[in-house]
Amino acid sequence: MEIVALNLTVRLGGAPRVDRVSLTLRPGELVGLIGPNGAGKTTLFRALAGLRAPDEGQVLYDGRRLAHIGRRTFAKRLAYLEQTAEAHWPLRAEHVVALGRLPHRGFGRAALQSDAAAVDRALRAADAEGFRGRPMRELSGGERARVLLARAFAVESEWLLADEPAAALDPAHQLGLMERLAAAARRGMGVVVVLHDLTLATRFCDRLILMAGGRILGDGRPGEVLTDAAAAAAYGVTLARAQVERETLVAPWRRLASHDSGRMPL
Amino acid sequence: MSAIPTEASFARDGGYGLLLAALFALVLVAFAASLAIGYAPLDLQAAVTDALSGRASLEALVFMELRLPRALMGALAGFSLGIAGAAMQGLLRNPLADAGVIGVTGAAAFGAVLMFYSGLSAAFSLALPIGGVLGAAAAVAALYGLAGRGSATMTLILAGVAINSLAGALTALALNLSPNPYAAMEVMFWLMGSLADRSMDHVALVAPLLVVGWGLMLASGPALDALTLGEDTAASLGFDLGRVRAMLVVGAALAVGATVAVTGSIGFVGLVVPHILRPLVGGRPGRLLLASGLGGAALALGADIGVRAIGVRPELKLGVVTALIGAPFFLSLLWRLRREA
Repeated sequence: MEIVALNLTVRLGGAPRVDRVSLTLRPGELVGLIGPNGAGKTTLFRALAGLRAPDEGQVLYDGRRLAHIGRRTFAKRLAYLEQTAEAHWPLRAEHVVALGRLPHRGFGRAALQSDAAAVDRALRAADAEGFRGRPMRELSGGERARVLLARAFAVESEWLLADEPAAALDPAHQLGLMERLAAAARRGMGVVVVLHDLTLATRFCDRLILMAGGRILGDGRPGEVLTDAAAAAAYGVTLARAQVERETLVAPWRRLASHDSGRMPL
Repeated sequence: MSAIPTEASFARDGGYGLLLAALFALVLVAFAASLAIGYAPLDLQAAVTDALSGRASLEALVFMELRLPRALMGALAGFSLGIAGAAMQGLLRNPLADAGVIGVTGAAAFGAVLMFYSGLSAAFSLALPIGGVLGAAAAVAALYGLAGRGSATMTLILAGVAINSLAGALTALALNLSPNPYAAMEVMFWLMGSLADRSMDHVALVAPLLVVGWGLMLASGPALDALTLGEDTAASLGFDLGRVRAMLVVGAALAVGATVAVTGSIGFVGLVVPHILRPLVGGRPGRLLLASGLGGAALALGADIGVRAIGVRPELKLGVVTALIGAPFFLSLLWRLRREA
């Protein structure tokens, strides 16, 4: 399924948070959506995931609108991981993960063996097997994040849109997450992740989309998008680069003096 | 604390069936006890035999006209309050909610009070419940107008609060203007909630409404599970939230509105029962629905048995007793929440 956004504008409280954005996403790549706070990344995500109708423009999935596909069918094909998701009731981790199987259940159909197997796979993929039987509120923030990631994996959809899945993870789990997402993309899944860690983004993503002020500043291979000029314009930082094991390491290095939170005109 | 069964003892998947079976057995026992206990001494066996064979003996009359409708209405009312409480807590993701927050309780009570006030209740016996159902229906129509248009959950709660306080004010106005103190007394006693002297006509009037309400709420179980992770995630799992909200609000309004129309307001059942049972279903709001319905039925029947067993005259009102049990329990709950926080 190809996702195409055409001239997408989404307003929140009158101001456009996503401003005439057009892009095409194809399965089989790991796409990193980067940009400063307030750039409109989450708003764009919500529009792409069909959770917010755009004020202008449209999103097409293989040329069709969400209304034609139907929410139920769509839910099986695209999984969305919220940035600030939390479990409101004292559910056990594995029950939270099992919620990812809901799109596959008809009315009143009980959980099947195949659902249980999918939950097991998802728990393994997110390295959350160790605490599957524990209530969510007893877990640490990073452990909860892994359970919620497993919930999104459990949908076993063709697409995964994950909003800052790496934020609460320790370094080992961040690397593990990115390796898994890259492997999933290699297997043909479409994966789009919001990232703030530029080192992870440049190292693992096949493609980066850089947003600031609701617009797309750059879209392409990491090296082409995250230039010194783009980093200065979007984040107001300089970048440090180094070669490690024949890969390029990129890290934010210094703040530039005259920068107002990513809303600089380009 | 140790008296509260831990999650581990029940939440295994086989445990859910066991829990439902245990609760159902509890309801059956309470139902049978409710039939057996009453003011007039009754040979239950003779009464049932006579009733079944259609013989119009005194025993059969007491059984069919007094005991059976009272027990049936107790079970139906408790089930409705319990399941609606669980549904509202799940929808609002708030453990302190019950069907009262959507304004139906107050509107149904006001509808019934209007029947008292207009004198229609003296003219025919079903005027009260019909008035209550109409009051609830008016509240549902107002809410559905909002919920159906996909308005946010917070808007629904605020609308419910507004409807509830308006209905409360109108009820007070009716009492204020009541022609004589006896009329006011009658209304006030009715408002306290009771299962005494309800007939099979009452049961037959509201039972279809209750069943439809339960069905709407039970059908929303998976959506409530999904809502555990918030509205965006639930929507991304394929649930149309506007539809889910409408089904739950209308379902709860039908069940509780019709219940209040017959019994008056019986407080705290919808609040307390889901709380007690939540750990036993592993916190899953979908599973809590049916469990809370059964638990509510058992609690209402139990409290109504208590009302008659105490034997205080005039009879204590059921709503008074549930509030007397419920309020301290609720405080202890808040105490525990405060300690956990």
